[in-house]
Amino acid sequence: MDIKLNDDQLEISRQARRFFENETPMEYVRAMFEDEKGFTDEIWGKMAELGWTAMCIPEAYDGLGLELLDLAVVLEEMGRAVVPGPFFSTVMLGGGGLAEAGSDAQKKEFLPRLAAGEIRGTLALHEPDAGGDLDYVRMEAKAEGGGFVLEGTKVFVPDAHVSDFLVVPALAKDGLTLFLVESGASGLAVSPLPTMDGTRKLCVVEFGGVEVGRDAVLAAPGQGNAPLDRALRRAQVGLCAECVGGAQKAMEVATEYAQVRIQFDQPIGAFQAIKHRCAQMYVEVESARSILYWAAWAQDHAEEEAAMAASVAKAYCSEMFTRTAASAIQVLGGTGFSWEHDIHFYLKRAKANEAALGDPVYHRERIAGLLAG
Amino acid sequence: MDYRFSPEEEAFRQEFISWLDDNLPEGWDPSRYQNYPRDDELAAAYRAFQKRLFDAGYAGMHYPKEYGGQGRGLVHEVIVMQTLANQCLELRIPGVITFGMAAPTILYCGNEEQKSTYIPRILDGTHIWCQGFSEPNAGSDVVNVSTRAVRDGDHYIVNGQKVWTSYAHLADYCILLVRTDPDAKKHRGLSYLLLDMKLPGVEVRPIKQITGDADFNEVYMEDVRVPVSMRVGEEGDGWRIAITTLMFERVLGDATMAAAYERNIERMTQMASRVRRGGKPVIENPVFRQQLAQAYVEVMVLKYHGLRNLSHQLQGGIPGPEGSIGKLLWSEPNQRITEAALAMQGPGGQVMRGSPWSIQDGFWQYAFLRAKGNTIEAGTSEIQRNIIGERVLGLPKDSSRAARQ
Repeated sequence: MDIKLNDDQLEISRQARRFFENETPMEYVRAMFEDEKGFTDEIWGKMAELGWTAMCIPEAYDGLGLELLDLAVVLEEMGRAVVPGPFFSTVMLGGGGLAEAGSDAQKKEFLPRLAAGEIRGTLALHEPDAGGDLDYVRMEAKAEGGGFVLEGTKVFVPDAHVSDFLVVPALAKDGLTLFLVESGASGLAVSPLPTMDGTRKLCVVEFGGVEVGRDAVLAAPGQGNAPLDRALRRAQVGLCAECVGGAQKAMEVATEYAQVRIQFDQPIGAFQAIKHRCAQMYVEVESARSILYWAAWAQDHAEEEAAMAASVAKAYCSEMFTRTAASAIQVLGGTGFSWEHDIHFYLKRAKANEAALGDPVYHRERIAGLLAG
Repeated sequence: MDYRFSPEEEAFRQEFISWLDDNLPEGWDPSRYQNYPRDDELAAAYRAFQKRLFDAGYAGMHYPKEYGGQGRGLVHEVIVMQTLANQCLELRIPGVITFGMAAPTILYCGNEEQKSTYIPRILDGTHIWCQGFSEPNAGSDVVNVSTRAVRDGDHYIVNGQKVWTSYAHLADYCILLVRTDPDAKKHRGLSYLLLDMKLPGVEVRPIKQITGDADFNEVYMEDVRVPVSMRVGEEGDGWRIAITTLMFERVLGDATMAAAYERNIERMTQMASRVRRGGKPVIENPVFRQQLAQAYVEVMVLKYHGLRNLSHQLQGGIPGPEGSIGKLLWSEPNQRITEAALAMQGPGGQVMRGSPWSIQDGFWQYAFLRAKGNTIEAGTSEIQRNIIGERVLGLPKDSSRAARQ
């Protein structure tokens, strides 16, 4: 048993914190929140240079072949700084889907460029009637002339507006099938949504009879479930890392304020109503971190508990982030309600993360299914 | 990072599980929540079972051999505690204070004579200990202890009253917090004594509690003569001893509770498959499925946070005030979990044990009531959050408590 970050991971963490403090301060977050694209090529390039886009890509495809926990360390710091942009979608959704489902040839074609930061990808999973349920896929892939035709609408697709390819689950005759659709495909229309969290843009993607070749099928027709599930589990854990980092920062902001804000002639943190609120944030953030590490470790080392761990982590960490951010706003009082203070970006990211990749209701249902058999 | 126990440790677990299969008390029925409804019978069963553990080499895995322990690591003790909590938690209950507080305090802070006299008799089940900290006017404000100990040659004359003293009526000894210096600042005037419960002047009166049991008591002391040799540490050092030694054993308590609750989740899942609502098993109801899953989530949080703390301690980390998290993570979820279980049972949740209509022998009815004590005993939730707020996060004390310092 050895449950702590190793020296390399601690160094990655320090490096990431320094980078985001220097390169993506809150002025950058604010600017990108309002920006249509949502990130700058300069920051994207620097992140790729640091090797972060390559971390979990196998060495055979020019990646670094690291574990999910190593990447989680970076994502925790990204959450702490509410870093805007398509890093998560590219690495965990587009890259993750491709890495889990792609053939050797497909991976050779796309993963080295993704690792180098040259291309971006995402996952177009949600359909309008799915709600928070990840298992509801009805979009049809009709076999036609040796290839397939995709017809339908995918919603809440993160960063599709800046993606070079989409991993698209759809129903073929043989069952759930994953397709790799390049963004220039004819009949594809992407439109951004006016969402609450401007730091991660969500889009509607319409497939108006998009024709793809047989070579666009990831894995084989009808074989999409298992790789999609593996990619989703890893992405869910990645999102939990963001939640823990974001909540940690919200707790620190609230606690620091409680030490300096004087009312009734004393720091408000001396009042138990405030003190206990801050203590509860600490309890939840630290225990969520314990669950996060377990879930990240399990994805690479304990397949038998990986699905349960991902759902437990996603249900707990995402709700924890929302509670902590909301609680921080209460401690900050009127200041916390203002646009000028940064805390609202954390609440907005928390709500976005809670709903993404299976909401807590979905994950608890999964847990109940695993328990009750 | 590695969340697994080593192959050697897992082999030890398997060895202990098979030993336990053959060595539980005669007639032990794991499906009952209480095999010994009478607490004197439970105490006798505890002593006999602890003796069996001791003779087989499973008592005090992390205690030094010279005091009757096994001289192995904390991790082996955790494995024993997890296994016992999973299979026979009831048999551990009379030893909770003995092992959680008395033994570690004597081991870490006692003198050689105290260690060699009392630890072997704890490990072999001879002695049960109780804890005399709380008083009518010293609850959460435990430094307000007013039980007096006045030096008289090589004895202290002790006068006062303790309350909420679990198992005092069955205990042989008591770890006793007394005031030796009424003029010193509150926490500096306290000393830590080991009290023989059979001494003249000690009187125990049971208190019936919310469950109907009478596990805890008032303890009255009138001119009780306690030898000075029974003091742990220096005079005036009582408060420091009381708060510091306990942290080392916290990981064991957290691991025990996590293992017990994992068992309870299995129990809840079985119950929800059998109990019906509108003619259908409760497990098919989406609301109760959510509650079952949430219960499981909270148990996993306790389990994996506890393992992370354990790992920290195994690598030489010193446990600090952040250990208060564990107390909150086992006490508050247990209330929510037992409430969910009763909700699943509908009006059937009213039926206590002893009827053909009882569900799972009335386990959840008892557990629901007992859980109400969890957020009060061993430091209330409010005290835990004060500790975290002040000692971990560095928030100031409120003005009335700050003025007392």
